[in-house]
Amino acid sequence: MSFASTAAIVLRQFYLMRGSSARIVPLFAWVAIDIVLWGFMTRYLNSISSTRVNFVPSLLGAVLLWDFFGRVMFGVTMAFLEDVWSRNFLNMFASPVTIGDYVAGLVLSSMMTTCVGLLAMILIAGAVFGLSLFSYGIALLPFLLVLFLFGIAMGIVATAIVLRCGPAAEWFIWPLPAIISPFVSVFYPLSTLPHWMQWVARLLPPSYIFESLRAIVQGRDPWWAGLALSGLLAMGYILLAGFTFSEVFRFALRRGLIARYSAESVS
Amino acid sequence: MEDVREVLAIKNLSKHYGGTLAVDDISFSVAQNEIVGLLGPNGAGKTTTISMILAVLEPTCGEIGITGIDLARGRKAALKKANFSAVYAPLPGNLTVWQNLRVFGLIYGVPDLTQRIQEVVEEFDLESFRNTKCGLLSSGEQTRVSLAKAMLNKPELLLLDEPTASLDPATARDVRTQIRRVASGGRMGVLWTSHNMYEVEEVCDRVLFLSHGKILLEGDPRLLPAQHGKESLEELFVAVAREPLGLRVA
Repeated sequence: MSFASTAAIVLRQFYLMRGSSARIVPLFAWVAIDIVLWGFMTRYLNSISSTRVNFVPSLLGAVLLWDFFGRVMFGVTMAFLEDVWSRNFLNMFASPVTIGDYVAGLVLSSMMTTCVGLLAMILIAGAVFGLSLFSYGIALLPFLLVLFLFGIAMGIVATAIVLRCGPAAEWFIWPLPAIISPFVSVFYPLSTLPHWMQWVARLLPPSYIFESLRAIVQGRDPWWAGLALSGLLAMGYILLAGFTFSEVFRFALRRGLIARYSAESVS
Repeated sequence: MEDVREVLAIKNLSKHYGGTLAVDDISFSVAQNEIVGLLGPNGAGKTTTISMILAVLEPTCGEIGITGIDLARGRKAALKKANFSAVYAPLPGNLTVWQNLRVFGLIYGVPDLTQRIQEVVEEFDLESFRNTKCGLLSSGEQTRVSLAKAMLNKPELLLLDEPTASLDPATARDVRTQIRRVASGGRMGVLWTSHNMYEVEEVCDRVLFLSHGKILLEGDPRLLPAQHGKESLEELFVAVAREPLGLRVA
């Protein structure tokens, strides 16, 4: 691994952010809209509910954590897509940068952009709707860590899809979080799902996070065993994603896809 | 492995795409202080060869050595000694000249980067554009930025794929002069592709004619035409492109 090469990828992303408000605003605008929308929804549900259940920490907290996952994932893919959009594949991959340096740069870039989004979400959710993430206690750490790792893994898989299928395949990756969300039970207990979906859910780390979140809100202990399993699963997904990207990159080298994408984008 | 004076050594290099043979068992070398022209009609295999040397295309078989380092085993070390400029690979248009050079300088591990950027900026007359986004520059200016990036790490092997293709004659001449000056002053060897035979005669010490993935001819661009009964290099190029098997040796 080369620190300088990884730093170069992060620096490129920093230059792009600094020079373009169109890149900075989306970092917090969409998540802010989500928090506001769901914030009012939870207030309304609180006002009509006869169960005295506070929907803010369960629903709004779930929205915040799911948006955090999405920001991490898109942080990786956006940094990669900058190379697609600026026709930079050839310059980048014909340089001494290794796959490890490059992916590490994407991950660090994602951490940088995710921090901005997370801060905006925490501020709005806390100031306007009274949600404090600290109400989840020490379990907040595994919540964020597992969602971060799974977001990185999904981001790497998404970049592999674009590398394998070409620049036009970016449209496959935008709906990925929406496709995953019904399975991981962001807003409802796992037991709500049909049997076959529950089996899929058990393979997805975020399922354990949202089950634990609901347990805490209901005054029970977090599902520690489930959280430990989700951590292992997330690590497994990271390894799998890294292997997938590496294999797709080798395929791209054998088939000349990198050179072809550069040539195609010129015409 | 190779003689260290060879900055590029290609041995029995081939590339198959399914049933199509794009490059067919070619071998050649580029020495220090030498500019070698890689010529041939469209589809002859020039860009495929350059892509393999740049490690963005895996050869079906054969070896590529850059300054004695086997590219297949030491990709990173080998590519640190090389660089390239190609008309189809402009630097990102959404970054300024300075930002692009800084990013790629870090990637290539250039020591004293700020000073080196200043040197190439002056060398390629880019001072007035240093804070301009590359996408706003003219074709000629973008080519100069691409060449500045290619020279950042003082490469021992420089690959130039039609570097003057989009330039007006005056700018193209300036670029040729700059490259010639840089190539003759250090340890660098250059592999240069071009369709401009006048340029090739002016710049290259040696040329290789590729046709259907094979090296058909090799020699001094100023002597080759007469050796094959042609008036000029351009005439020889046309003959190679149209009837490669009909060439006669004088």
